[in-house]
Amino acid sequence: MTLYDEEFSARRRLTLRGHASAPGGTRTAQPVHATHAVRSEQDLLSVRHAVRAATVEAGFALVDQTRIVTAASELARNAYVHGGGGSLTIEVLGHGPRRGVRLTVRDQGPGIPDVDKALTDGWTTGSGLGHGLGGARRLMHEFTIDTAVDRGTTVTAIRWNDR
Amino acid sequence: MSPREDATRQRLHDVLCEREKEIADRWVGLQLEQTDANELDASDLHTEAAQLISALTAGLAGDTPVHRLVVSQGELRSCVMELSLHRARAGASPTDTSLAVLSLKQALLEAVQHTTRDTAELFAAAVLINRLLDAAGALSFETYVEGREEIIQRQSRQLLEVSTPVVRLWRHVLAVPLIGTLDTTRTQVVMESVLQAIQDHEAQVAIIDITGVPAVDTAVAQHLMHTVNAVRLMGADCVISGIRPPIAQTIAQLGIDLSTILTKATLADALAAAIQLTDEPTLATGGATDPAAASR
Amino acid sequence: MNGPRPSAVPILRLGDVLVTGLLNELDDTSALAFTDELTERIAAEGARGVLIDISRLEIIDSFVARTLTELTTMARLLGARVLVAGMRPAVAITLVELGLELKGVETALNAEQGMSALGWSQVHQPPGGVPYDALR
Repeated sequence: MTLYDEEFSARRRLTLRGHASAPGGTRTAQPVHATHAVRSEQDLLSVRHAVRAATVEAGFALVDQTRIVTAASELARNAYVHGGGGSLTIEVLGHGPRRGVRLTVRDQGPGIPDVDKALTDGWTTGSGLGHGLGGARRLMHEFTIDTAVDRGTTVTAIRWNDR
Repeated sequence: MSPREDATRQRLHDVLCEREKEIADRWVGLQLEQTDANELDASDLHTEAAQLISALTAGLAGDTPVHRLVVSQGELRSCVMELSLHRARAGASPTDTSLAVLSLKQALLEAVQHTTRDTAELFAAAVLINRLLDAAGALSFETYVEGREEIIQRQSRQLLEVSTPVVRLWRHVLAVPLIGTLDTTRTQVVMESVLQAIQDHEAQVAIIDITGVPAVDTAVAQHLMHTVNAVRLMGADCVISGIRPPIAQTIAQLGIDLSTILTKATLADALAAAIQLTDEPTLATGGATDPAAASR
Repeated sequence: MNGPRPSAVPILRLGDVLVTGLLNELDDTSALAFTDELTERIAAEGARGVLIDISRLEIIDSFVARTLTELTTMARLLGARVLVAGMRPAVAITLVELGLELKGVETALNAEQGMSALGWSQVHQPPGGVPYDALR
């Protein structure tokens, strides 16, 4: 059969998704799936590179890449400054031609006592302009915060390529 | 795996090996009967059939349970997906596509019939073939739908690009005439192309003309504001022209503050303002007025 | 930080204008050191303008944004005008969506236009004296 270039690329993408949707697996393709430490200023920089690579892998255009890397930078900085360090997990999600990147940032810090307030622009206890959480939320499509006082904070954020 | 299933599987494997050509031909024949043959090229079908049958034979030689064989065996899987994508692009209907895969059942079963007349054995073979190829039918349908979705997405992306031209109107002045309903996606595409064009042309002023836009909602007005602010951050200026009465009303009712934005009634007025702006030294300020700039 | 130390970012002087640029790989400590050094140079050299080229920055997060706004404010207090030049389109979009508009920060398309806006012209004519598009 004739194998056009686009046909081939479509098949390749579908195959990526397919291996993961095999029985027992989730619907999450994982060509890139890595957890990075966020414990130093240097880590804040290297995390950006890793997130950039993942967005390229997922086929995001430049502006979307920038949005996701910026959101990652905000979240990682939050974990570093407020959470006393933590980790950032990057996953490339695949639903056929629909691709996405999920960032999961965890810290074991003091937690956020008032999440609504923390999402309000201008509210901050550390450096930055207090746009960290709220801003990151605006740059991503899905955004959840799991936090409790003295039990740390986990922020999960996803951006898709088709919205 | 029961011994009976093992034996049936072995039988199917042997039949596939021995009667490869016969099964392939029969399958292609069945497909051509079922569908509008003119859409499909018979030689393509033969190549597909040969590939799929050899993948199937290889898969049966392994020990993956039959109902998982199609999804988990790489070569088999990609054969089924290629076949379905090919049909999706050729414009075949989803039913035809699934049926094409499922008609392989008949071809297989007929081949098995040549090797045994024992009803119990035939029944076991039929069950096995069904379990094997039902998964293929499902995968084929799924792939078909995804292939179509991709085509639709690509077309809507292309349409978006076509519907948002950025034109150079004057030295250092760009214009974006927007026509039709603005939604969030389109406004975002506009924003990106305006900013890129500013960088490419070193433009000092970008005019967004919305004469052809029937209505805006809060989200779109917000995106327009974003566009203006982003243009300023890049060091250029933005003029919005052609705000029609209903849109002016909406903006007022929504309480959106456009006071920091330069607006003009017509594209012509906007162009005049833009030319005036480019005569002055290049300068843009994010938000508040700058005392140092004023004193200069 | 134990007092100011030389930052990794070069700062050039052209007449009464200081010219500098930010790079991607700037960590927080270096960014703060840069702010310190730049404000000291403005005061010591009596600079009237500062051009910060950011065309190499691939992202601006709230920390860098704050650094830029603070620099602008401090420079203004010291009598100098700051111009931020060359922001990339993707960065501008993201910054706006992030909710940061760099209030009060003046911007220019590129370093060349920024310099001419600061009154630094190659043919030594007063600011605004040379229409940029004289051929119009």
